[in-house]
Parts: sequence; structure tokens; C-alpha cells
Amino acid sequence: MTASPSALLDDDRARGVFRVARRAFTDPEILARERLAIFENCWLYLGHDSEIAKPGDYLTRKVAGRDILFARGKDGTARAFFNTCPHRGALVCREGAGNGAMFRCFYHSWAFDLEGRLVNRPGDEGYGEGTRKGGMHDLVRVPRLEQYRGLYFMHLQAAGDDLKTYLGGALEYIDLVLDQAETAMEIVGGTQAYGFDANWKLLCENSFDGYHGLPTHVSYFDYVKSKPGSLVEVAIKGRAFDLGNGHAVVQYTAPWGRPVAQSVPAWGDAAAREVAAIKARLVARFGAERAERMATTNRNLLIFPNFVINDIMAVTFRTFYPEAPDKQVVNAWALAPREESPAMRELRLFNFLEFLGPGGFATPDDCEALALCQRGYGSLGGAGWNDISKGYLSDEPQVDDEAQMRAFWREWHRRVTEQPA
Amino acid sequence: MASPRHGAAGMSAPVTRSELEDFLYLEAALLDNWQLDEWLALFVDGARYFIPPAGADDDADPATLLFYVADDYHRLCERVKRLKKRTAHAEFPRSRCRRMVSNVRYLAGDAARFSVTSNFVTWRSKLGVTDTFFGHHVYELTQVAGQLRILSKKTFLDQDDIREQGKVSIIP
Repeated sequence: MTASPSALLDDDRARGVFRVARRAFTDPEILARERLAIFENCWLYLGHDSEIAKPGDYLTRKVAGRDILFARGKDGTARAFFNTCPHRGALVCREGAGNGAMFRCFYHSWAFDLEGRLVNRPGDEGYGEGTRKGGMHDLVRVPRLEQYRGLYFMHLQAAGDDLKTYLGGALEYIDLVLDQAETAMEIVGGTQAYGFDANWKLLCENSFDGYHGLPTHVSYFDYVKSKPGSLVEVAIKGRAFDLGNGHAVVQYTAPWGRPVAQSVPAWGDAAAREVAAIKARLVARFGAERAERMATTNRNLLIFPNFVINDIMAVTFRTFYPEAPDKQVVNAWALAPREESPAMRELRLFNFLEFLGPGGFATPDDCEALALCQRGYGSLGGAGWNDISKGYLSDEPQVDDEAQMRAFWREWHRRVTEQPA
Repeated sequence: MASPRHGAAGMSAPVTRSELEDFLYLEAALLDNWQLDEWLALFVDGARYFIPPAGADDDADPATLLFYVADDYHRLCERVKRLKKRTAHAEFPRSRCRRMVSNVRYLAGDAARFSVTSNFVTWRSKLGVTDTFFGHHVYELTQVAGQLRILSKKTFLDQDDIREQGKVSIIP
């Protein structure tokens, strides 16, 4: 069987073939369908509890093309609003983050409290009763906002599966990350906001693609090997899992140090003792088997469609959105246990920066690779399909196989083809 | 040693502005020419190098804020080593760059350790795409055998974010 020229997916288990049409990365009509079928109809990660920890804390963020205002009210409840004045439309909040008692649109000075209610407008006596009724001019809430253990997700539709149902099989893996904290996880200060010229789905793939690790990141491994004792004798070995709903994960052992809880000789004796104590407490809290899994295996987890948790030499959160078929914007954060000692935090951030982010020894090479893929898709008449079939015929897909990507692509395909264009 | 000059804070500077300018222009030229080993030699052993997140304040602290770069001396040396390899894919083939340095100001300190700031614009061109980085540097400098040397360098990117530039694979 050969896929028809108009097909987006060539999924043929009998032949062990799994291919994605390159049109999926370049066609503006596909992007329009994705906006409707995926970004308008999935739970999307908005932000973390710790980013608006106190009443009055707020932040602004762009999610699925919308300017969103995420604020904690005086009552301690977190809410998400569309960041647009119900009067004429200007952003009511222009700052990235802060703390305050209200939001005032500078254009006509309409003011809203942290709960989104219109509380003041100049010349209020000039308005009819009708404009005061039913909260007509309150800030508009995002249709649904739900959280799981401090991770807030929003949904642009009023009805549908709740967040926990949606996360389904991914919950187990989210727990493995969040349970590393004895208090709670918190976002380390700041957001890495970057972008590059490649389709957003390429970063979905790249975020849990074990196959590219060695060739793309050989210079990172050269670097860690340059420092005696910065690795331990542990092979990169593990499995890929389809978690349903398009979510998928790779879970594997790796030679680098992890603040929870794999020490390397270069960290020294004091750190080794601290890591051992963290491990002992994990065992006490969760039993030997689960503690071992948390401490010694890494996870690259994709929550469909675009939320990535990488629990590797540090813990990252990452979301990304298309601006065009060949352009995406990325937000990335570092996550850490709140109770972590300054010494462990320093090791964690040192780890983070040597691999991850716009100035790391790995992420820039990923960005370069994806931009070059995108460029390659411009070669009309060249290969029309991407091959994602590695390990397809294996019953136990390995970390360097591509079963996790096939899980993503099947859900993507189901959504973009089911929804009428 | 040169005669003292008055710095921004009205303090007595151990070197002249033109000596500082010559040093910072030399640094920019070495980076423009990809003479990375020579660039690294401007740093003392044990020096550090930082790029805080875009828009960060001058007191940004890598212990509490997610930087792009926070190198100790070993990692700085390895950064240079990596950039010279063809497996540093983001910089192979290497980008073409040009740096403009100005507004050089002595800030504070004494002959053993003093701080200096400058503004910069750096253009990076690769594969038909040109990115602009702009911001200011803050250096801690010293003198070794009569030569200026860097104890630490912080590169502040004054743009809002790096959505356009995407990566900091060069040394801005």
C-alpha cells in the first residue's frame, strides 16, 4: 500500500512504515486547521502556581495567539482573563508581571479589580443602567481554567473533558516530576523567551527525540567529558511510551548528574551526601521502587499539543506556538523544589545552562537543526515525506526509537482530519 | 601607569578612557575575526562570563534568575573550544559578525579591580538571516603586568526578548 499524494500520514504497520507528509510543516491551510482543531480544542499550559504566589500577583502571557492576564485575587484564587479592555480593546495590563490591586486601561481609564470586575470608569453617570448589568463590562474570563498540582491549564471551549481526564496517562509521569519536591515545585525566576524559523511540531518531536541526542549534541558530551568526574558510568537506556490522547514520554537512565538524585564525583563529597539524603527521603516517602524510578530515570514528556516537561539534568517546562508555518515562539522555564538548598539549586542551574536555553551547549544546535529541516522542506520535488518509523516493528520501543513521535502524530492527524476545515 | 581620570561616579580612575577604549575595541575585533583563543586570553584564570536574560537589571543574580550564560572559567574555556568545532552546529559554518562598541565609561574601583561599562550593537549574519543584538556590557577589570585583563564580563541584552535572534550562539 502506498499513501495517496494528498495524505498527511502514511501509517502502514505491515510494512513497518510511518511517514509524515512535509506539507504538514509548510502549508498555511494546515496551520489554519491546527489553530481550529488543536489550539482551540485542547488544554493548554498557562503557568505555574508559584509565578503568582501572593494575592495581587499577576503576569501576562500569550497563549494560542491570545493575550492572557493571569492573576491571583485577594481571595487567593487564580483567574485567567483575556487581556483586553471590554470598552475599546486596549491591553488592560501592559507589564510582564507584578503585584497590584487593580488593572487600569490607560486609554479611557476604566479600572478592574483582581477578580476582573469593572470598579471604576470616568463619567460613570453618563452611562445607562444597561451597561452596569450582568457584569457586561467586566474582564472576560477564559472559558475554562483548571489546575493539576499547581500547573494551570486553560481551555478556549466551555465544554469538554476536564483537565485530569485530558491528562490521563500523563498524570503518572507528571507526578514523578512533581513528587521530587517535599514542599512544592516552584519556577526559578524568569522566562527564556526565544523563537526560531521552524514549524512548531518540529519542537514537539525534538523535545523527546532520543535518536538525535548523540549526533546533534556531541559537542555537549565532549564538554561534560572535559571535566573529570562530571559523568557516571550509566548508559542512556530506556523506553518510549504512548500515554494516550497524543501525550507520550521517553524514560531512561543517563550519565549526567541530577539534583534529584544522581550525584557525580565532580560535585564533591558534600553534594554526594546531600543527594544521598534526598534519595533516602524519597525512599521513605514513596518506597524503594518508585524512589529509584524518580531518582535514576530521566523523562522527556510531551503533553499534547505543545507542553513539554523535560526531567533531565534539570527540570524544564516549555511551550511553543506557531506564528506562521515556518516560525514559532518559545517560552521556557526552570522548575525546582522550593525547599532545595542553595548548593543544590546552584548545581541545578549550572546543569540547566550548560545544556539548555539560548546560550547552552545543546539547545542552539537543536534550533539550528530544526530551522534547517524547515529550509529543507522548501526543496519542492525533493523528498515529500519525513520518516518516523524507527522501532515501529519492535514490541518494546527504545528511547532512541520513535514510538513517542508516532503517538503525537496519530493524535495530530486524528484532530486535523476530523475537524471540518 | 597613566595619570588618574575622573570616572562616572567622580572617582579616580586608574587608566585613561582611551586605554579602556583600545582594550574594548581590541576585544571586539578579536571576536569579529573569530580569534577566540586570543579573546579568551584577555580573561584572567578564574574569570567569569554572564549573559543575563534579555531586559534584566544590572543587579541580576544567576542564583535566582534563569540566565542564558553563567560560565565559570572552565566552562568559558570549553565554550571557546566548542565554538571552534564543526559540531557546534549553530555556528558551523560560522556566522559573520560585526561589533560596534561605544559609550565607554569608567564606573568605580581601584587599580586592582575596577568596573567599566560600554554599549554595544552586534550584527550576526548566517544563512541569509541577519540578527541584531544590542545592549551594554559591564566588566570587572584588573591589570596584570601593565596589561588590562578581564575578571568578569556581563553582557546585558537590552532588547525585550530574543524571539527574533533565537539563540545566543555567538559571544555578543
